[in-house]
Amino acid sequence: MEWEAVIGLEIHAQLATTTKIFSGASTAFGAEANTQACAVDLALPGTLPVFNTKALEMAVMFGTAIDAEINKTSVFDRKNYFYPDSPKGYQTSQLFYPIVGTGSLEIELSDGNSKLIGVTRAHLEEDAGKSLHEKFPSMTGIDLNRAGTPLLEIVSDPDMSSAEEAVAYAKKIHSIVTSIGICDGNMAEGSFRVDCNVSVRHKGEQKLGNRTETKNINSFRFIEKAIKGEIIRQIEILEDGGSIPQETRLYDAEKDQTRTMRSKEEANDYRYFPCPDLLPIVIEDDYIDAIRSKLPELPDAKRQRFSEQYNLAAKDAAVISGNRAQADYFEIVATSTKDAKLAANWLLGEMAKTLNQNDLQIDQSPVDAQALAALLLRIKDNSISVNAARQVFEAMWNGEGSADQIISDKGLKQVTDTGAIEKIVREVIANSDKQVQQYIAAEPDKRGKMLGYFMGQIMKASKGKANPGQVQGLLKPILDSLCN
Amino acid sequence: MFSKTIAQLARGLKDGEFSSCEITENYLDRISAQDNKYNSYITVTPELAMQQAKAADAVIGAGNAGIMTGIPIAHKDIFCSKGTRTSAGSKMLDNFIAPYDATLIEKFNAANSVSLGKTNMDEFAMGSSNENSYYGPVINPWGENRVPGGSSGGSAAAVAAQLAPAATGTDTGGSIRQPCALTNLSGIKPTYGRVSRFGMIAFASSLDQAGPIAKTAEDAAILLNVMAGFDPKDSTSADKPVSDYTASLNQPLAGLKIGLPKEFFSDDLNPLMAEQVQAAVKEYQALGAQIKEISLPNTALSIPAYYIIAPAEASSNLSRFDGVRYGHRCDAPLDLEDMYKRTRQEGFGPEVKRRILVGTYALSEGFYDAYYKKAQQIRRLIQQDYINALKEVDVIMGPTTPQPAFKIGAKTSDPVEMYMEDIYTLSLNLAGLPGMSIPCGMVDGLPVGLQIIGNYFAEERLLNVAHMFQQATDWHKNTAPGL
Amino acid sequence: MALDRQDVEKIAHLARINIDKKDINEYLGNLTSILDLVDQMQRVDTQNVEPLSHPLDAIQRLRADDITESNQREQLQQVAPAVEEGLFLVPKVID
Repeated sequence: MEWEAVIGLEIHAQLATTTKIFSGASTAFGAEANTQACAVDLALPGTLPVFNTKALEMAVMFGTAIDAEINKTSVFDRKNYFYPDSPKGYQTSQLFYPIVGTGSLEIELSDGNSKLIGVTRAHLEEDAGKSLHEKFPSMTGIDLNRAGTPLLEIVSDPDMSSAEEAVAYAKKIHSIVTSIGICDGNMAEGSFRVDCNVSVRHKGEQKLGNRTETKNINSFRFIEKAIKGEIIRQIEILEDGGSIPQETRLYDAEKDQTRTMRSKEEANDYRYFPCPDLLPIVIEDDYIDAIRSKLPELPDAKRQRFSEQYNLAAKDAAVISGNRAQADYFEIVATSTKDAKLAANWLLGEMAKTLNQNDLQIDQSPVDAQALAALLLRIKDNSISVNAARQVFEAMWNGEGSADQIISDKGLKQVTDTGAIEKIVREVIANSDKQVQQYIAAEPDKRGKMLGYFMGQIMKASKGKANPGQVQGLLKPILDSLCN
Repeated sequence: MFSKTIAQLARGLKDGEFSSCEITENYLDRISAQDNKYNSYITVTPELAMQQAKAADAVIGAGNAGIMTGIPIAHKDIFCSKGTRTSAGSKMLDNFIAPYDATLIEKFNAANSVSLGKTNMDEFAMGSSNENSYYGPVINPWGENRVPGGSSGGSAAAVAAQLAPAATGTDTGGSIRQPCALTNLSGIKPTYGRVSRFGMIAFASSLDQAGPIAKTAEDAAILLNVMAGFDPKDSTSADKPVSDYTASLNQPLAGLKIGLPKEFFSDDLNPLMAEQVQAAVKEYQALGAQIKEISLPNTALSIPAYYIIAPAEASSNLSRFDGVRYGHRCDAPLDLEDMYKRTRQEGFGPEVKRRILVGTYALSEGFYDAYYKKAQQIRRLIQQDYINALKEVDVIMGPTTPQPAFKIGAKTSDPVEMYMEDIYTLSLNLAGLPGMSIPCGMVDGLPVGLQIIGNYFAEERLLNVAHMFQQATDWHKNTAPGL
Repeated sequence: MALDRQDVEKIAHLARINIDKKDINEYLGNLTSILDLVDQMQRVDTQNVEPLSHPLDAIQRLRADDITESNQREQLQQVAPAVEEGLFLVPKVID
């Protein structure tokens, strides 16, 4: 019997507000422990919440971006549970009346097909603090700086059936929230976290199997691995005649496996009820319309525009438009160089590779868009070879100066003087007697492949400065002339 | 001096009859000499009081005095006051020095009043007798074996024993009005949202409201002028202009329409008290008021609805007392679970634990609809009763309590019997309406309270109605025996 | 709805309150009588009655997204039971 997986995601996007959802403390990442936790965040007796206007605006932006229903009345509820990083003993969330109702979005799959994924709801809530378990031998340290950071929890319908679909959906949400500027999308810092609900059932079966929830996954790669692993684990258990307990699990990236989360072992009874310290949020059509009209270009529209305006390959257009900072970067380079193809190649090639190696985001790159454009212009005007450009890029990355400065400091300017190049070509041919004889002896249609050796020698002799196109133009006629 | 009202003290200060330092010192001396009889204060703050009195005298000297400048008052120990222990009557917060001021405290500081200290109360404001305090019961100055009412029993006892000219209180189900009734004082629970709740330790957020406890309606008006007002730090605070509550105190009552709900005069009411309340109503008729019998049919349901809603909210509000960031923590916890459970076992008293358990149960899976939702629906019915009634009458009157101050220990064995004490006061909190209690007679040497209920934000009218009664009668001038 | 000892233990666990075994019966008695009291509500027909959460018919006010709170760690942690390196300490938690 064939199995199929049923997957739904709950995505927690930290909203990019300056202050907390219910207090005037800063949400900036990385501050010293508890220095951004005010009396309200610490749930001091007598403190009360007041709702941040920006958090509301951002939630509505998301709703309009996915064309979802916006609930004109939404209500904060209390989700009661005890945990030391939840200072009030409850989390303020929205269960009964969320701000964003049903919507949907389309994901593109690698086979070229697309699929519509339903969004059940998106609701506002507050983030918890952080528990540091490793810092002290027998104690856990609690840092409440993050407590009260606004979150938009985006809940999907269980519409996905593979890790690939889940990742495509998560990436789509990521690109939307970053494009409209409501979340910085920084997964390493926890700004965008994904809970994966996974169950399996026999194909054709209507009833859903028991699901597990794997919490707080903070990279797309881990989502893929966690889901794949979880599907296999569940199928193995079921095929062995076992059953899947409904439980919360954690993904351990080092072991590449999920495990039961001990602190959530018991079934919880959250005793939700409307928060009496907060009143219903009521918004008008005008408010929603104003937000809709100010919405920045969405990833789908941007992708469309990129492939039309810049003539990018569909895949490149999708990748570049998927991240707002990257899209903005690209547009600057493409416009400045008037060569979108070159800009895309570098952005997705050298730049992506280097960012990856250094674990950085595009907006943290030491080489900004103007600087990269300046470099690419030197390729275009044949001042440097592509290989030399890579060297220059590396030097720019290391802060050694502008493209022109480095080209001149390192003497990387290409030789384009035909006479000089021809001289080197002839020297190399003269010193490669054996290879020249082999070239002459070879069938004419095999000779093309043999040019590589000479090219290599010539580039070496020119210290990489000879323009490869020019070398190629000179080399073959000279060699062919020897064959007659 | 100790029998003077705020209005009288303010005049004396203005005329240079005495200084704030003198009044304050006198009160502090009296507290240290007498409060062992009443246990009305949890914390007395002599240094702070003298410092504030000195500052107030300087303000008076400079001719900038407001009516509250230099007037000493006592605050219920539920309001966070920076640098002073704020215990809410609980062992849980016995070591809690508040690091910030409640909005109400800020307002009194800004008015240059003097804080004598923090008054005793039922733990987390849960109680009707002040027997639920970690700091021991409060004794009613009207009888050494009598309760002063609760939960603002310390505030009421302090004022009744002349250990403070006036005090602040809070009222979640009658906690200002009932102690006032039992100690012959005048107090008002304003409309929900009229006084900021910021810095007031929450019992039941949708019911809690702060108000004054005073010797006269006029003093209550003066105090409410300081306390009332919109606070951006409290989402439930009413963003409405505040009247000058003293402005129309003397407005004649001719034509005032008074409703008497028949449900407030049922068999539960002590017949001698009923007579006193009826006599007060006659007095109002003499002042030109018209009387109409009305019905608040769902009154009896206010007890069950309240004893679900208040515990439910409390169970959640009191979850923050977990031993992590402040307050009591048990010794040598084995693990996190043990820390939570023993901290809360040790830190909370029996009534608080009972209510947390009831509230937890009412919200738990499978019971929410039958309890919490049902109670909120009944709450709407109760509110609707009042809205309908207040279309026909200006104010509603009745007894504040079914009987006068009862004996200490009389109702402690059965929580439900204690809850019945609140039968006439709870429904107002459920509806969010303002209500007062003023003295209107004596039964067996114990005071009787007349409750006056008005429409939303009709505090000015209520205070006027109360004040005019006090111009015509002397009940409020009665002081506890031996003073 | 009759409660038993187990219910009381379960509720106490949810509320994270330890109850000594010897006290369970007393709590059971108290809770039972309170629940009997509130069961009066069940006699009332509340179909189509909108629950009332807030006495005033008001809506949530919004706060500007401006920083109003600066670092007050030292002051706020003075009342904390256990603090080290700026962190609140609790017995070790295993996720």
